[in-house]
Amino acid sequence: MARAVAARPGRRAPLLVGAGLAALLAWSWQGTGVDLPGLLGGEGLRQIATYVARLFPPDLSARAWRDAASGAVETFAISLIGSLLAVGLGLPLSLAATRTLLYHGILFEGRRLGPGARTARVTLHAAGKALLNLLRTIPEIVWALIFVFVVGLGPFPGVLALGVHTGGVLGKLFGEVLEDVDPAPLEALQATGAGRLAILVYGVLPQALPQFVSYALYRWEVNVRAAAVLGFVGAGGLGQRIHVAISLFQEHELLTLILAIYVSVTLVDALSASLRARLV
Amino acid sequence: MARIPSAPPADRFPASGSRRLFPYLFTAVFAASVLFSLREAQVDPRRLLDADALANVAKFVRGMFPPKLTGEFLGLMARAAVETVQISVMGTAIAIALGVPLGVLATSSLMWRGVLHERTSRTGRWVLGFAPYAASRAVLSVFRSIPEYVWAFMFVRAVGFGPFPGVLAIGVAYGGMLGKVYSEILESVSPRPLETLRAAGASRAGVVLYGLVPQALPNVVAYTLYRWECAIRASAILGFVGAGGLGQQIELSMRMFQFDEVLTLLAILFVLVASVDVISGRIRGWVA
Repeated sequence: MARAVAARPGRRAPLLVGAGLAALLAWSWQGTGVDLPGLLGGEGLRQIATYVARLFPPDLSARAWRDAASGAVETFAISLIGSLLAVGLGLPLSLAATRTLLYHGILFEGRRLGPGARTARVTLHAAGKALLNLLRTIPEIVWALIFVFVVGLGPFPGVLALGVHTGGVLGKLFGEVLEDVDPAPLEALQATGAGRLAILVYGVLPQALPQFVSYALYRWEVNVRAAAVLGFVGAGGLGQRIHVAISLFQEHELLTLILAIYVSVTLVDALSASLRARLV
Repeated sequence: MARIPSAPPADRFPASGSRRLFPYLFTAVFAASVLFSLREAQVDPRRLLDADALANVAKFVRGMFPPKLTGEFLGLMARAAVETVQISVMGTAIAIALGVPLGVLATSSLMWRGVLHERTSRTGRWVLGFAPYAASRAVLSVFRSIPEYVWAFMFVRAVGFGPFPGVLAIGVAYGGMLGKVYSEILESVSPRPLETLRAAGASRAGVVLYGLVPQALPNVVAYTLYRWECAIRASAILGFVGAGGLGQQIELSMRMFQFDEVLTLLAILFVLVASVDVISGRIRGWVA
């Protein structure tokens, strides 16, 4: 059986994957208690429709406007500073996570490292990777809970949460970019006798920078969405106001706030796209 | 369009006023928004280093060890982890069910532009093509711009607590993302094979089936799997708003200051996410 599969992977693999996916789906369907006929046919859909109908019209009083506007501005601020903090954390960490900058490859062929220095650098690389994994695995909303516990309520813990989590993500992405740069310019620099730092500054970074900017902008777009919900755990922004509006059954005001999220997200996407076109 | 032989950049873009000013303008606006945002977000690094904050950090780190590993707790958390996986699978399935039709409707090359519609009348193109195209793009934009937590929060209000609102939230939010990306993939396929098929007299269905689908499928599968990975992370924390899974327990333990439980939960989350990454990487290897 196993040999037959190995011999003709093209034939059997799709069937196996299909069967596996079908089983997974059936198991999940049963486990989550999703009642699709009920949802499409009656009760569920009616409940959702009733709820949506209750949201209209949006609350457009001066107070609701002010609330939505200040929430949107705060969300924007959290996402911007959080993303900058992430770049500040991710950049140095990515250097530690890049094998080709620490002990492996072209930079180290001319001048070999002593065994002690090499061990130290291999350890630094492992530690950098592990730290990035840790930062990235813990979701931003859990980081927000932790920072709310540490520094108290408000937008500041939201900034820290976005910065730390996104720092982990960007560190990994930047590291991949750094490992993928074209080695030819580095070889040319090395042939002229340039030191490692000079090769990093004049050979590696100019190649990597456009992709760094592109990734940072992409994560900024992600972070606006995240900043809009971190308030659920007390970390400021629109989320905090949404939490209050939902908890107090202020449905009309909720719709105003949701519109504010929609507008902020769309604006930041457009801004980021135009910056990407100009800068990258 | 004819290809213009490449000229040095300076010749291609004669330095206009706005182009020379852009770096200064950009720097000024950027600096101003950073300063404004620093104040608006109440950023104050001293708050991280004052005695209270340091004491809290110490309390948190000390509280995490040793992690709570009693059989009863682990059994309970295993159930939550299973539920998290199931929510992500069902949510992704609903997202595909929403994303495929909406994505197809939002593809201009399928609806009103290009080789498939050369022989369609003008009114036909606008009424049957452009109108549904614009409507589905608008729907997709609303679906994906509202974060999944907000959807979950609203679905909890509409259909009650439990995994079901989590499934719906992931289905709607990810349906919007999948639909948009599907339409981008469909639009970016090479038009050559489609034109060849058309010239050979293939019907519209034939062009789509033999020209479009084979080109688009690997990317569609790869992106869907990537979204499933994201869905696991999302469903793990949707519980923060009462939509089942591990998140509910993480929030509870955090609020009760049971940091030993938090550590166990984060470890479970780590294993879960890592194994899904491996599985979906495998499937991607088979398909692509």
